[in-house]
Amino acid sequence: MTGQRTLSYVNALNEGMRQAMTEDERVFLFGLDVDDHKGIQGSTKGLVDEFGAERVFTTPLSEDAMTGLAIGAAVAGMRPIHVHIRMDFLMLCMNQLVNMASKYHYMYGGVAKVPMVVRSMIGKSWGQGAQHSQGLHSLFMHIPGLKVVAPSNAHDAKGLMLAAVRDDNPVMFVEHRLLYPTEAYVDEAPFEVPFGKARVIREGKDVTLVGVSNMVAECLRAAEILADAGIEATVLDPVTLVPMDYERIAAEANKTGNIIVVDNGWTCCGASAEILADLAERGMGAKMKRMGFAPTTCPTSPELEKLFYPNPATIAQAAHEMLRPGHSFTPDPERAKLAYQVAFKGPF
Amino acid sequence: MSATLKNDPSSVSTEDLKRVYYSLRMIRRAEEEVARVYPSDKIKSPVHLSIGQEAVAVGICDPLEARDYVSPTYRGHAAYLAKGGSLRGMVAELYGKATGCAGGKGGSMHLIAPEVNVMGASAVVGTTVPTGIGAAFAQKRLKTGAVVANFFGDGATEEGAFYESLNFAALHQLPVLFVMENNGLAIHTGTEKRWATDRMCERVATYGIPTIQFETSDVLDIRAATIEAVAQMRDGGGPHFFECKTYRWREHVGPGDDYDQGYRSDADLKKWQAMDQVAAIGDRLSPEDRAKTDADVEAAIKDAFDFAETSPWPDDSQLFANVYAGRGA
Repeated sequence: MTGQRTLSYVNALNEGMRQAMTEDERVFLFGLDVDDHKGIQGSTKGLVDEFGAERVFTTPLSEDAMTGLAIGAAVAGMRPIHVHIRMDFLMLCMNQLVNMASKYHYMYGGVAKVPMVVRSMIGKSWGQGAQHSQGLHSLFMHIPGLKVVAPSNAHDAKGLMLAAVRDDNPVMFVEHRLLYPTEAYVDEAPFEVPFGKARVIREGKDVTLVGVSNMVAECLRAAEILADAGIEATVLDPVTLVPMDYERIAAEANKTGNIIVVDNGWTCCGASAEILADLAERGMGAKMKRMGFAPTTCPTSPELEKLFYPNPATIAQAAHEMLRPGHSFTPDPERAKLAYQVAFKGPF
Repeated sequence: MSATLKNDPSSVSTEDLKRVYYSLRMIRRAEEEVARVYPSDKIKSPVHLSIGQEAVAVGICDPLEARDYVSPTYRGHAAYLAKGGSLRGMVAELYGKATGCAGGKGGSMHLIAPEVNVMGASAVVGTTVPTGIGAAFAQKRLKTGAVVANFFGDGATEEGAFYESLNFAALHQLPVLFVMENNGLAIHTGTEKRWATDRMCERVATYGIPTIQFETSDVLDIRAATIEAVAQMRDGGGPHFFECKTYRWREHVGPGDDYDQGYRSDADLKKWQAMDQVAAIGDRLSPEDRAKTDADVEAAIKDAFDFAETSPWPDDSQLFANVYAGRGA
């Protein structure tokens, strides 16, 4: 990451949208509460003052029609950014996203296009529970015509936002609430993070950990725990899920011969399954493991919820078991705590 | 407000009548030709014919300008042609040929003509009601002065997105004319089994949207009302709503009729055929004008079907072309 300035993920989102709206009059931003005093946890704060109520406006709770509105406006020459404060609400948009947005360019023989960005935020902790915590990106990965990006840090949040707005296709922009306060170096000038380029964040010779969305951070902490035990982990961030940089993932898995994909979603038919299926089809002999949400519904009680997600300890234990089968390994519980359990205070 | 207009015959010129008749006749005859060819299996695309419903599309589209948009339905041959969509492009699309308006990838239910601002039609009922208001939103923001004629059937009004769209269009005063083609049937199920009441215009009016119900889909009544509504919208006014009662003469999908199926009576057909707008407007032309128009229509249809027959199939590479647009490819 280049640049000397640090910026939080939420402010990087804000800056990315601000610069996208400054450079292109056709860009508009809408969704419930984007123009209120809180501005989607701050990510849209100030934008209505800067660009006016014609370009930054709230909506009725009509996700279905509002998605169609974005599609129709995009077909007619605009470039909408549609915001949902939780990813779960995208289920109300599925008809338009799956039947219209993804297919519009293809189904009409390439004579029309749908440049639009659909922002949504995955929640976690503080009782988010069954309907505020779902990581549903794999549903969208399944559909040709949609792109899916999942920034794990502030730098990518801004660079992917600019790339997504400039892209001529519907882009599902998957954010994570717990990443909002995290900081990274972020250039002030507009820049793009290219789609389809995975990034190695940490290099190690023994095992490759692929993290999706905020699981990148948990993989990095797992790598630290593993280092204490003498195991060197590579941590890789796919950055974008569609297009997916399968070549790079395969190359990194090949180097270590051991790969664990840690998704911020369920494993069944998920991003982790897809990545490992690709490796298997290449005939790769690496040891492989998927990790992700437990195959159950996310409960609200903190004592149950902590069992629902992979954490640095469970990721490190899985890697340890892969490399040294049969040897027990119990990381220090303090070091196994998730970042938010140390730093984050609700409510949302 | 619900009213039935009576158009003033003196306000319609001979040129208007000739143009309206050409459009009505073209749609009728093109679809009859589709139905005639259909059993040959050259058209491997489910066709939902507009035969009997042409007057709605023509009455709405005739007064529109090139800059205006139309958002058609899967029963959309009529709206597509009435707005000026290419007949060659439509027939070739039905044939699945590379020269079709969607390159042979969409078929009958997915006509589109961006060169005359016909948006893509959709096979999922109601999905184009929101995309239609999206186009209207763009016209307002881009200050084009254009309006959108947003077509849908009575079935689409049962989707939640219909009411969501009415609300937003009225809230933001979008230049969109909601055009409900009420043929009384969702596939084979009548509105009496689907609607608690038939007071659609009253429901829509509660959003503050002016409404008109057309009991018989008189093409010139619809045309006159469209001229008025469009003028108000160009002047900054918000949405309007037309309920156009009409009748689908043929089966839901396919080339034939289905009066032997027992779900409706051919007495209804005869009632509507007695009010057929193609014949009614044709009767108002001079025999010479009518004959010339009919001949022009036949020539255009022959040309379009010849074009489709002789056009190439899409290249195999087209299977994967256009999944993503532009630099995203």
